[in-house]
Amino acid sequence: MMTDLYALLWQPFADFAFMRHALVGCFALALGCAPIGLLLVLRRMSLMGDAMSHAILPGAAIAFIAYGLSLVALSIGGLIAGLVVVLLAGAVTRLTELKEDASFAAFYLLSLATGVLLVSKWGSNVDLMHILFGTVLAVDDAALLLVAGIATFTLTVLAIFYRPLVIESFDPEFMRAVGGRGALAHFAFLILVVLNLVAGFQALGTLMAVGLMMLPATSARLWTDNLPKLCVAALVLALLSGYIGLLISYHGNLPSGPSIILTAGLGYIGSLLFGSRGGLVWRLLKLRHLEA
Amino acid sequence: MTAAISLHNVTLSYHRHPAVHHVSGQFQEGIATAIIGPNGAGKSTLLKAIVGLMPTPDGMVRFGKHKAKDIAYLPQQASIDRSFPISVLDTVLLGNWQHSGWFGGVSQKARAAAEAALIKVGLEGFGPRHIGSLSSGQFQRVLFARILLQDAPLILLDEPFTAIDTRTTTDLLHLIDHWRYEGRTIISVLHDYEQVRNHFSETVLMAKECVAWGATDVVLTRENLQRANVMAENWLENAAICHRDETPSTEAA
Repeated sequence: MMTDLYALLWQPFADFAFMRHALVGCFALALGCAPIGLLLVLRRMSLMGDAMSHAILPGAAIAFIAYGLSLVALSIGGLIAGLVVVLLAGAVTRLTELKEDASFAAFYLLSLATGVLLVSKWGSNVDLMHILFGTVLAVDDAALLLVAGIATFTLTVLAIFYRPLVIESFDPEFMRAVGGRGALAHFAFLILVVLNLVAGFQALGTLMAVGLMMLPATSARLWTDNLPKLCVAALVLALLSGYIGLLISYHGNLPSGPSIILTAGLGYIGSLLFGSRGGLVWRLLKLRHLEA
Repeated sequence: MTAAISLHNVTLSYHRHPAVHHVSGQFQEGIATAIIGPNGAGKSTLLKAIVGLMPTPDGMVRFGKHKAKDIAYLPQQASIDRSFPISVLDTVLLGNWQHSGWFGGVSQKARAAAEAALIKVGLEGFGPRHIGSLSSGQFQRVLFARILLQDAPLILLDEPFTAIDTRTTTDLLHLIDHWRYEGRTIISVLHDYEQVRNHFSETVLMAKECVAWGATDVVLTRENLQRANVMAENWLENAAICHRDETPSTEAA
C-alpha cells in the first residue's frame, strides 16, 4: 500500500532529474504567478494576462529567428516586446479617453500579428508551437535559475509595493486625490506581469503560463473575502496544480503544460461547486436563511 | 476673512466645451460653503480641478495656507468595487495615508483613531467586517470615517447624501457641523436647499458660470435659481470660440 502510494506520488521525482527540475520550476512559477493573478482578478484585469501573453510573442519570435532556441535571448526578446506594449498601452490610456482594456487589446493584437508574421516568414510552425506551449520537462538549470530569480524578484517587489498596489486596485480615485502616485505602482505591477509570463513561457509556454496565473486566483476568490487568505489559497492551489499536473502528465504520458493547467481547471470547477463564498452546491441545497 | 482656496477665472472644458466657464471667487477659511446648481452645471468638475484630478489650463486655483495635499475629498458615488476583499477597518485606515504613505507602518495610534472614527460615525464594532456586507448608507459612513482619519483642514464632498436615507444624512450632517466648529474649511456639492440653509453659511450657485456667490440667504433666491436652470441648458454643438477677457476678474468675489 505504502509502496504503491510512494510509486504514485513521489517515485517519478525521486527517479528522474528532469521531473525534479520540472517540479521545482512549477513551484517557483506558482510562487510568482499566483499573487500576480490575484491582483489581476482584483483589478478586474483578468483578461490582461492573456493579452500580455500574446504581446510577448513577437519579441520571442525575433529572438528565436536571430539566436535560435536560446533561453536568454527568448526571455529578453519577450520581455522587451511585453514592456513596449505595456508602456504604449499605458501611455495611450493616460493621454486619450480610451480605457485601459481597449488600449491593451489594440496593442497586443498588433504585437501578436507581428509575431505570427515573423514566425511564418522566417521560422517554422514547430517553433511557434514551442513558444506558445513550452516544455516543462526540458527545463534546465539556467531556466530554473531564471524562473526562481523572477519569482524571488516578484515576491520581493510585491511585498514592498503591497499597500500602494492594493489601494490602487481598491480605490484609484482616492490614491490620486491624496497624491499617492498610483500610476507608478500600476506600471511596476504591469512589468511584474510581463516578467512572470516570460518566466512561464519556457516551462509552460506563454498561453499556459496565464492559466497558472488566473485559474488559482479565480478559484481562491470563491473561498474567502480576506486578502491575505486569498493569497495563501491561490498559492496553495497553484502549487498543487503544478505537483498533481506533473504526476498526471508522467503517469498518463500526457504533455505537461496542458496537464498542469487542466489540473488547475479541476480546482476551479471544484471551487465553483463547493466554494464557501458563492459555491453552486450551497445554492442548490437551499439552506434556510439565518435570523439576522 | 482669509481665503482657503481662490479661483481666478477658471475655465474647465471637455473637448473644448466648457463645463466650468470663467469662474472666479474665494472659499473662505473655516467656513462651510455649499455648491449648488442643476445637473451639468460643472459642480463636480470644479471640485475635481481643486483636488488636482483635472488640469486647469485656463485660469488658476490658488490655495491659502494649506495645500492641495491637505484636502480630504469624497467623490460622487465613489467608484469603489464593494466586492473587493478589504475590511471596514482597513478602508478607514486608508485615511492614514499622509502618515503611512507607500511603505510606512500603521501605528497603534492610527488603529485606535480608526476605531474611534468608526464609533463617531455610528459603526462601532464594524471594523473586522467585509465592506461588501454593508448597506450603501453604512458604506458612506465608512467613507466619512476615512475623512475623519485624514484629519484634513480642507474637506471637499461631492453630493455626499445622494441615495442616502434621512437618518444617515442627519448623522453625517452633524459631523459636518462639528468639522465647521473645529475650524475646518468645508466645500460640498448639494442638491437639498434645506440642508444648505441649515448647515452652510456660504453658497455658490453654478450653471457653468458662477450665477451667485455669497451668503446663503442672499444666494438662494427664486430668481437666482431660475436663472441657473436656464443657463445650464445652453450647450451648442457648434459654439463659437470664446474670446472673453482672460485677465482675472473680481466681479464674483
